[in-house]
Amino acid sequence: MVSVAESEYPLASRRRRRFSRQRVGRATAPYILLAPAAAVIGLVLAYPLYLLGKLSFEKYGLFELIRHQGRWVGLDNYSKIFHDSQFWHVLGRTLLFTVAAVTLTMVLGTAIALLLLQVGRFIRVALTTTLVLVWATPVVVAVDIWRWMVDYEFGVLNWTLTQLHLGNFIRHDWFVSPWSGFGVITALVVWGAIPFVTITVYAGLAQVPQELLEAASIDGAKPWSVFREVTMPLLKPIFVILISLSIIWDFQVFQQIWIMLDQRPTSDYYTMAIYAFSQSFRLSEYGLGSAIAVVMVLFMFLATTVYLRQMLKAGEVQ
Amino acid sequence: MSAITPIAPTPVTPVTTRRSRRRRVRKAGWNLLGLFVLVVMAFPVYWMVATAFKPGRDALSYTPQWIPLHPTLDNFSEAINRPHFWDSVKNSLIIVSVVVVLSLVLAFLAALALAKFRFYGRKGVIVVILGVQMVPLAALIIPLYIMMSKAETTRGLHYVLGVDKLSGVIVMYLTFVLPFAVWTLRGFIDGVPRELEEAAMVDGTTRFGAFVRILLPLVGPGLVATSIFAFILAWNEFIIAYVFLQSPDNQTLMVWLASFTSLRGTEWGPLMAGATLCAIPVVIFFLLVQKRIAFGLTAGAVKG
Repeated sequence: MVSVAESEYPLASRRRRRFSRQRVGRATAPYILLAPAAAVIGLVLAYPLYLLGKLSFEKYGLFELIRHQGRWVGLDNYSKIFHDSQFWHVLGRTLLFTVAAVTLTMVLGTAIALLLLQVGRFIRVALTTTLVLVWATPVVVAVDIWRWMVDYEFGVLNWTLTQLHLGNFIRHDWFVSPWSGFGVITALVVWGAIPFVTITVYAGLAQVPQELLEAASIDGAKPWSVFREVTMPLLKPIFVILISLSIIWDFQVFQQIWIMLDQRPTSDYYTMAIYAFSQSFRLSEYGLGSAIAVVMVLFMFLATTVYLRQMLKAGEVQ
Repeated sequence: MSAITPIAPTPVTPVTTRRSRRRRVRKAGWNLLGLFVLVVMAFPVYWMVATAFKPGRDALSYTPQWIPLHPTLDNFSEAINRPHFWDSVKNSLIIVSVVVVLSLVLAFLAALALAKFRFYGRKGVIVVILGVQMVPLAALIIPLYIMMSKAETTRGLHYVLGVDKLSGVIVMYLTFVLPFAVWTLRGFIDGVPRELEEAAMVDGTTRFGAFVRILLPLVGPGLVATSIFAFILAWNEFIIAYVFLQSPDNQTLMVWLASFTSLRGTEWGPLMAGATLCAIPVVIFFLLVQKRIAFGLTAGAVKG
């Protein structure tokens, strides 16, 4: 039948053949377009990730670094870190810091977004511009600014607190106690993270249908319950994404602590990232450092999954 | 409104004015709170710039001087004349521009595939692109270091890769710039209505012609915005540059800034001037493109 059709309608069949060639072209085109980027990502991301896993099962010190060959030790690195009380301290500290920083960022960021709805036009524009300015400040620059503000001798914070009669802060060193030191670091991280949260939530608030809010308040709902019953459920996807991103970013905090403490933080200031980094690059225990890093990546995997699922659900990705 | 009502205006007016006065007071309260938040958020940035312009004895005084009363550029000239400032500027510019060009070319092709084609494994690619952006650099840097020190002794590879090589850092910067650029560009290409291209093709243009004449001009601003953001990402990066660029004449501007302390302690005036200089290009660029990019990470999360 095909041959009959071909002989009877030669033109149509030629067209059909061209179509199918085009279809093959269309089928391979995306893969060809993706190939270069995929090759690079494979080289600089996939392979290092595999190597990270492999290193975590190896003894890899200075000797091995020179020979470029690790020695397989099975689960030794993991059992070593799990039996080390410092590891559990560091993990607990990192989790505590993450919870504190994420909570503060979300609460303050959302509060400022709601405040933006209430203030006059001039304040709103000025405040938004300020937020963008803070957002644009590079992290290294931000750390240096805060280091200067809390300087024990000439810092503006100590002077202000003393003038406000909150105690004698003259020559008070904030980093002697890790609690107050982490207080400063949390303030710095939250300050830097608020703009992204506020601007995203504010943009989300603008998309909430005004009629819904009016209807709720006509029905006699108080502003707080309008926010809780109407606004919050509508913004839930945004909150899920912002919270998971904040967890991911705060759990791996590194630069803020590293530079704040003059690039030699004491072990009281170790978070997971700094712990893994110090084991590797200070003590040259690359295998141990990799095991810690693997634990860190696995912890973040949960938050990443939540983030990815929400992004896929959002439909943007279809 | 009730004030214009002809019937019995007098008893109504005081009520409304009282209510509107209360509303005005509340509004003023909100504005005051807004002003307070503004001052708190802006102060650190202001303090950096203010300190940068103060002469030494004004910056280092036990009672802070809120406004630089004797503004001077001494701190800036001292910062610029510190060793390796211009080297760092040069290195940063080399690294950043190569990273931006490379990642933009690669990302544009990949983004085209993701935005314009439906193919098997597409969703998987998207998940990978989004997911790898979350892998902490502090974890990746360990295997990267092992890889680079091995590549250094491998013939052929050692021209490009290795510790303390700008080209090695450029390759490593692609780990975070490339996935970001792919994702952002995909959004921009998706934003161009398919109908425009189809209309051009119906009018007799080839697929390639439609691409050059319709898609490219419309995606142009997106390309500019993405490259600016890639610039900012690479410019701000610290850990990789800090670990790999060990010799001082190879370091980038951020490493230069982080190693500002001398044996005599920190010289805050010049440090703040240096920080201001490092922040200026980023801030300017950021203000230009912020609106376009801000929502890439949360794109499409709220849809009515």
